[in-house]
Amino acid sequence: MDASLLVVIVVITALAFDFTNGFHDTANAMATSIATGALRPRTAVALSAVLNLVGAFLSVEVAKTISGGIVDDAKITPAIVFGGLIGAIVWNLVTWYVGLPSSSSHALFGGLIGATWVSSGADAVHFTKVVDKVLVPAIAAPLVAGVIALLATFLTYRLTRRTRASVADKGFKVGQVASAALMSLAHGTNDAQKTMGIITLTLITAGTLPAGSGPPVWVILSAGVAIALGTYLGGWRITHTLGKGLTTIEAPQGFAAQTSAATVIMASSHLGFALSTTHVASGGIMGSGLGRQRDGVRWNVAGRMAMAWLFTLPAAGIVGALAGLLAGQGTYGVVLVAVLGIAVAVLVWLLSRREPVRPEHVVDEIAAQAETHKLDVAA
Amino acid sequence: MKVDWAALGAVFGVSIAVVLGLVLLFSVGLRGVSAREAAREDGRNGVNGAVTAVVSFAACACVVLFGLYLIVAA
Repeated sequence: MDASLLVVIVVITALAFDFTNGFHDTANAMATSIATGALRPRTAVALSAVLNLVGAFLSVEVAKTISGGIVDDAKITPAIVFGGLIGAIVWNLVTWYVGLPSSSSHALFGGLIGATWVSSGADAVHFTKVVDKVLVPAIAAPLVAGVIALLATFLTYRLTRRTRASVADKGFKVGQVASAALMSLAHGTNDAQKTMGIITLTLITAGTLPAGSGPPVWVILSAGVAIALGTYLGGWRITHTLGKGLTTIEAPQGFAAQTSAATVIMASSHLGFALSTTHVASGGIMGSGLGRQRDGVRWNVAGRMAMAWLFTLPAAGIVGALAGLLAGQGTYGVVLVAVLGIAVAVLVWLLSRREPVRPEHVVDEIAAQAETHKLDVAA
Repeated sequence: MKVDWAALGAVFGVSIAVVLGLVLLFSVGLRGVSAREAAREDGRNGVNGAVTAVVSFAACACVVLFGLYLIVAA
């Protein structure tokens, strides 16, 4: 297959992945705001989309981690990157349909590492860098966000104990919107970067860009737009899981949880740690649940999530390895991988339409809960 | 296997300082608003509460903007 055509296909696929990433992760930024009634779902999602785009321009450190570090750009081809991407997309769509907040980022790393490993050998993967910039932050960041959110929530409740209920209620809803906005920005500084990194890596492997380049402006812009669109159009299902299933969220708690998660993500992005925003947001929400009351977390739901996280990297790695192996066989391989990827996407879409979750449903589901919150704040 | 513990430690240290600082300022700001309302109802002007609130919220905004500035500047 013509090399430049393959590059175009990979770029389009990468942008599609970015779209699904936004689709998957709207929840991270907006779940708590929607759950406490601070923002209406549509407003929340639109705000999040715009800020994701802005965030994409703030920092490109994470993109550089991916394009210039975790795999050896001299040993792989655009076809391998393509295989890895398809693996990640398939994993992302399936977990989205099931309603598991898995990590788009780890799906991407898993896919890329799996495809590279199988096609070019283990020494084409820079495991040292993977451990330092991906694996260790993957474990540390959610814990850090959780601990900080716990302290922040405790402090918030302590300090505003004697504040008037009406003031606290209104104030924290505003604070929560602000912290959700920060979270969306943070998301753009970390998640949008991954697609930029992949596209840049593809351009480097195709010889269009010299090794070690940062992402060109058109890559930053298109990746930012793709994730913003995905954010706007998707995510009701996961919003439901994160916003309600995990812990009962009050406005002060949402404020503390999101400020913590956003700060941890931005500080990490700044240092080029490619972490999963999903994991950090969940860590923050759990920490804040504990900070409010000792039984503030549903551990069984949390445990199921942690299991899904553990599986993400190897599962996407296996799918990515198979797709990479197939795509490496030449034109027919690439076409076959593309067809299979599209087939899975269509299947998931058709299945999800059988029981669509609309923004209106999300409102209905949280209405009763919002009432409880008002009482809680007053008490 | 080389893990950059210093960088991880920096993320933890900076984040905890920033978050607790923001939460503290915001809560103090809300206490200010609350104090102002209470004072108003008692017939006083509540200027102390108002000043506390404005200063705290402004400080909050400054912390956030400074953080973003640090990220963009690099």
